[in-house]
Amino acid sequence: MKNEKNLAPRPGFVLDVDRTSPPVLFHHGDTFKLEKLPAGRSRVIYPPEPLEGLRDPDSAIRHALENPIGDSEPLSALLRPDMKLTIAFDDISLPLPPMRRPDIRQRIIEAVLDLAAEAGVDDVHLIAALAIHRRMTEDELRHAVGDRVYDAFAPSGRLYNHDAEDPEGMVVLGETPHGEDVQFSRRAAESDLVVYVNINLVSMDGGHKSTATGLSGYTGLRHHHNVHTMRNSTSFMDQENSELHASNWRMGKVIRDAGVKIFQIETTVNNNTFGRSGPLAVLQKREWEWSARDRASFVAMQKGLDVMPSSARRQIFNSWEAPYEMTSVQAGEVEAVHKITTENVYKQQIVEVEGQTDILTMGLPYISPYNVNSVMNPILVMCLGLGYFFNMYRGKPLVREGGVVIMSHPTPWEFHSVHHPSYIDFFEQVLADTTDPIEIERKYEKQFAEDEWYIHLYRNSYAYHGVHPFYMWYWGSHALEHLGRVIIVGGDSSAVQRLGFQSASTLPDALEMASDVVGPQPTITHMKNPPIFLADVK
Amino acid sequence: MKALEFRRNIPRYAAARLAGSFTPGRGSGVGPIRLVDADLPELPNQDWEIVRPRLSGICGSDLATIDGKSARYFEPLVSFPFIPGHEVVGDLQDGTRVVLEPVLGCLSRNIDPPCKSCQDGQLGNCEYVTFGEISPGIQTGSCCDTGGGWSIAFAAHTSQLHPVGKDLSDEAAVMIEPTACGVHAALSTGIEPEGTVTVIGSGTLGLVTISALRSYFPDVKILATARYPHQKSLALDLGADVAIAPNEIKRAVRRMTKSRAISLSTEDGNVDRLTGGSDAVIDCVGSSESITDALSVTRPRGKIVLVGMPSSVNIELTPLWHREIQLVGAYTYGTEKLADGSVARTFDLAADLVDSAKLDRLLSAVYPLSRYQDALEHAASAGHRGAVKIAFDLRSEKERDLL
Repeated sequence: MKNEKNLAPRPGFVLDVDRTSPPVLFHHGDTFKLEKLPAGRSRVIYPPEPLEGLRDPDSAIRHALENPIGDSEPLSALLRPDMKLTIAFDDISLPLPPMRRPDIRQRIIEAVLDLAAEAGVDDVHLIAALAIHRRMTEDELRHAVGDRVYDAFAPSGRLYNHDAEDPEGMVVLGETPHGEDVQFSRRAAESDLVVYVNINLVSMDGGHKSTATGLSGYTGLRHHHNVHTMRNSTSFMDQENSELHASNWRMGKVIRDAGVKIFQIETTVNNNTFGRSGPLAVLQKREWEWSARDRASFVAMQKGLDVMPSSARRQIFNSWEAPYEMTSVQAGEVEAVHKITTENVYKQQIVEVEGQTDILTMGLPYISPYNVNSVMNPILVMCLGLGYFFNMYRGKPLVREGGVVIMSHPTPWEFHSVHHPSYIDFFEQVLADTTDPIEIERKYEKQFAEDEWYIHLYRNSYAYHGVHPFYMWYWGSHALEHLGRVIIVGGDSSAVQRLGFQSASTLPDALEMASDVVGPQPTITHMKNPPIFLADVK
Repeated sequence: MKALEFRRNIPRYAAARLAGSFTPGRGSGVGPIRLVDADLPELPNQDWEIVRPRLSGICGSDLATIDGKSARYFEPLVSFPFIPGHEVVGDLQDGTRVVLEPVLGCLSRNIDPPCKSCQDGQLGNCEYVTFGEISPGIQTGSCCDTGGGWSIAFAAHTSQLHPVGKDLSDEAAVMIEPTACGVHAALSTGIEPEGTVTVIGSGTLGLVTISALRSYFPDVKILATARYPHQKSLALDLGADVAIAPNEIKRAVRRMTKSRAISLSTEDGNVDRLTGGSDAVIDCVGSSESITDALSVTRPRGKIVLVGMPSSVNIELTPLWHREIQLVGAYTYGTEKLADGSVARTFDLAADLVDSAKLDRLLSAVYPLSRYQDALEHAASAGHRGAVKIAFDLRSEKERDLL
């Protein structure tokens, strides 16, 4: 039987659509659509099937800690009783969706703490390295690190969220040759050892970015989270051609030269986002392989979702935990570790694609890195489509310069006021004025970054930092510069208009509107994502 | 002569209120206003003249009257039947073109000595509007003896008349009266030179107020609420720094004033109240909602200037008490004290502003008297029909030449 765990997973695949091809499943927020693509000029890129997970992840972790990569001693040799140890870990934005327990972070942190206990290390702090993301709630922290670790450290104030706006808690370690301030957590900077625990969901994650970004604040981030950097990261998923990567690497060197010793632990997961079986398994199957049962379960799911209010649908999807399996773990010196991690990410995600397309279509799902347990607001829709999906390439963008991206998403004019207060203002004030990233950066960034109320909410509530929506917009700036038009299918037309995009009620309408830009009979490529893949465009 | 007359008629008044509640301006069809053949008003004494209107504007208070929504407060201050119309540019018998300053104060009522307000030049605050040689009426257009601008001719006291320069078009001149209201409101804020002002509403009053604010306080930050795209664009063009939708006011004022926000629920990021707020708020709407908004975005010890004519409203006054906010009215005009200590008549200031800011562009459409129902409905729905000021055009009325 195909797709069973005991068979070798198949690589990614590019389907040329013909008249016999079945309709393709498009994610559409917290619902789905089946769309027929024009035969003879359309293709669909399918992600590789999930690789096998490690049979014994805990043993693999222990092995990695004791057999480091690059210029590093084993972790146990770096630990001593009188030392100051900081364990930093990725925040709620990874992985997507959140994974089933035990979370990889829990497995690794428990292993590190066991070694620390054996070495008699008392001064241990655990920090959620969230940079300027929102703080994690107790439930979210418990999910990430496990109850045992949470109960042992949080009550005594030794497990906490990074606070990039704490004037006493942050320090500038120096400046890169490019004049970039390297701002860092004081606790981490003053530690004898920083252990960083990563979940590398995509190739952008990890490396020096873990600490240079995750433990930094606006003073440091502004040097690479800007329009110039993003437009010169082609793409930011391709380290060789990413200015974002280069800037973080420069900062990593400053951190190292300042005497901060980092023991990097990176992990990769497979593509098992929706499960090999179960209620959502159909979402990661190829449509022509759907069984009668798959069809029935899809139809039932779609009908059920259609009659639910959006809040109920959101609740259902937010409760989904992916059965991800760890496919690799490596530890030691940052750059050496990251090189191998990246190869392992590619092993799961690369799909070779021949040439670019006139029109790129994408069905955007209910989740992005910044709306876990939250609302996918219009700015996040833009960021997910033009920031993340568009940039899932190596070599050349999937869509040609001047081409069109068509995104399918309801794009409601809706915001989570606790998580995204500055997003509401960004939408009401900034986008009402201009959608030009350069103009936005010049005219409004400072105002939002320094707004005391946003800073208060970031530090004391669960709000993303005031400047965060700007970074979302910058994330899509390479695409905005590259594309001739962006169309959203099935979105709230006022919200779509505010984003500066065009609104279409159906995919055929959108394709017709796109032909105004790219001409008649254009080529069309659909990204069947998620599960995630990275297109290697030749 | 042809005139639109408003009679006291309770059943028709009730019908107008009902009709107006469904469709603004619809009260004109069923209410107490009628196109009639009226007599030319008699001149009370030699200080009065006949004015033949050229253009006569329709204002929000006129519409409230026609739709039966104006406050009963005015009942003893007017006399029936009256002919509305107080935003007027017209001709005197000798051909002089004039604009009307419609307030019927002590001078026009031949009261000597005049009341304290009139002595002080605060004509709009005249205390004796029900006394003197003419019947009660706060303005031309609400007094049974004078007639009003929505007719072929009416009577005006010479003190009410301001000659219009040759260079000012009729379309510009008819904007002087509403602009004077805006000038008075702007100067009533007493704002510091680099303060913050929020203007609620970008209809005619809101727009002329924005223009006045920008003219007299070049460095203040002005935020305006505007419901429709053309209002937004005019507000920005006339000097607002920011123009936003009415439901965005709290967030926008918070941003402008760098306040923090207070949420009424556990939803931390909601903006229900501000810790600080705008130094002054000019409410050009006058509804329960707009006054409540004004109270929520005015800083402690700030000032709310109410320009839009309110009727009965339901508002929570606790913030007014707790934050020691001043709520003041701004009705019409008189004389103004400027920043340099000089004193000027509001109408003179308004005439200059209409000219320099080209406020004639706010006149969107004109109608003959015979199409008064269309005119009033257009005026009542000006915003969503992309218009600002609607006026009656009497220049081509044949009767006019017979007088």
